[in-house]
Amino acid sequence: MRNFFIGAAVLLALAAGLPALVKVEYYYVLGYTVLQLIILATAWNILGGFAGYVNFGSGAFFAVGAYTAVSLYKLVSLPLGLQVLAGAAMAGLLGLGVGLLTLRLRGIFFSIATIAITIILETVVLNWTYVGGAKGLPILRPTEVPLFDNYTQWLFFVMAVIAVIAVATARYIQSSWIGRGLRAIRDNEGAAECSGVPTLKLKLFAATVSGALMGAAGAPYALLGSFIEPTSAFSLNHAVNALAMPIIGGTAHWVGPVIGAVLLGTVQQVVTVTISSEMNVLVVGVLLVVFVVAAPEGILGLIKKFSGGKK
Amino acid sequence: MTSLLEIQGISKNFGGFTALESVSIDIQKGERFGLIGPNGSGKTTLINCVSGALANDSGSIRFGGEEISRLPAYQRTRRGIARSFQIPRPFASMSVLENLVVPLEYVVHRGSLHTADTRSEAMEILRGMGLADKAETQSNQLSQVELRKLELARAMAARPQLLISDEAMAGLSSNEISEVLEILFKLNAAGITIIMIEHIMQAVMKFSQRVVCLDAGKIICEGTPQSIVQDPGVQRAYLGA
Repeated sequence: MRNFFIGAAVLLALAAGLPALVKVEYYYVLGYTVLQLIILATAWNILGGFAGYVNFGSGAFFAVGAYTAVSLYKLVSLPLGLQVLAGAAMAGLLGLGVGLLTLRLRGIFFSIATIAITIILETVVLNWTYVGGAKGLPILRPTEVPLFDNYTQWLFFVMAVIAVIAVATARYIQSSWIGRGLRAIRDNEGAAECSGVPTLKLKLFAATVSGALMGAAGAPYALLGSFIEPTSAFSLNHAVNALAMPIIGGTAHWVGPVIGAVLLGTVQQVVTVTISSEMNVLVVGVLLVVFVVAAPEGILGLIKKFSGGKK
Repeated sequence: MTSLLEIQGISKNFGGFTALESVSIDIQKGERFGLIGPNGSGKTTLINCVSGALANDSGSIRFGGEEISRLPAYQRTRRGIARSFQIPRPFASMSVLENLVVPLEYVVHRGSLHTADTRSEAMEILRGMGLADKAETQSNQLSQVELRKLELARAMAARPQLLISDEAMAGLSSNEISEVLEILFKLNAAGITIIMIEHIMQAVMKFSQRVVCLDAGKIICEGTPQSIVQDPGVQRAYLGA
């Protein structure tokens, strides 16, 4: 327990101190991207990995966070911290709402609904002129940067804070009675209910927390590129990444999505820079297929298997 | 003796098929109650309605004097109704011990949680079931009889007043049947009311103080084990004579 928090504090201190050593802005964009993937993957895993309810609509939750932040920024110039909170709140509400509508039913209905939600919300935003509609909306970054040399460094640090909160939340859920209840739901929902687990409440809780974290990840998105438009905000790539990274890393443990996201996020960035930006999607697709077929428990499962074999 | 479970006139239809037709049963505190009937007679539907997996269409179910027929299943478990499943449903990703920690955390120690306590309590229950040496085994590695015992152990971890054992002995050898029977007798001696659903007649006869026979969703006979086997209606239902 204590080790985890010391580790988290050290990581945050490193993120805060990094600008003293590294000046090139690109590295912060890269770091931001990997952190964003860590948050999305960790958030997805709370519902998808722990409880076994697959969300194909991570893009919708991400975009709701992003557009909530953008609209409030445009409206009242809300500071970034509050944008993140507002984005998380809206996406959390969306998770709760979709959950209330579909989680009474078991199995795949939730997954289908998440796809539908993405399409519906994207259509709404495409026609919402206040935030730019289909043309998109250029965003001017605030001129004053708190604490850091430039705004990208500040965004990187904020993202690091959200990532630490996301991972700490997932870790807490996993090790608590909530996590055990979610696992019971994944293993056998009927038996879980008969063991006293309030399955609907727990699923709603997981959907809300998962959605909120995805929304938080999306909130600073527009400020990173100084621009937002619906196609990239709602992109299927968010959903594919959020689902592929936990599956590749391992869904049973909070560290699985982190491993998957760091590994894949780095590979994707390297591929984007050295080969082409289209190629990085292919890398994820191929790896996902390989892992689902050959190592369904992900990298964590492989580690367990090989360390178990040696004993 | 006082009534623990009062089932009054409950019916359940699946589309045009009537699975239960105004079934009424009164079960006394501390009773060993047998529920028999041919396949498809509605036994499992009845206990699904009692445990909350299904909602009855009409009629009332009272447990300890309280109407429970509209409560979700987990609320009924928390009020003291536990069941085992006909086809074992272990939490496959967990160890045997952890399987018991789930109901201990969600029913017995809600709100005040101490991991160490629940583990030792779970261990105690496993010892009573003869599963102590399997505590750390992954539950998908168990044999059939061990799975049945796990079903009962997990049900017991919810500290129920009423235990519904749904065909806990189907497919077991005669030694294993006596083992499970012995466990059930022991639980009953500790004050737990037990409803046993079973096809294995000698087990039901030996165990039950009172037996009800269902056929096509209706009670066709009720009485002591001896009187039941001599009932012409029961013989017709079972033997088709």
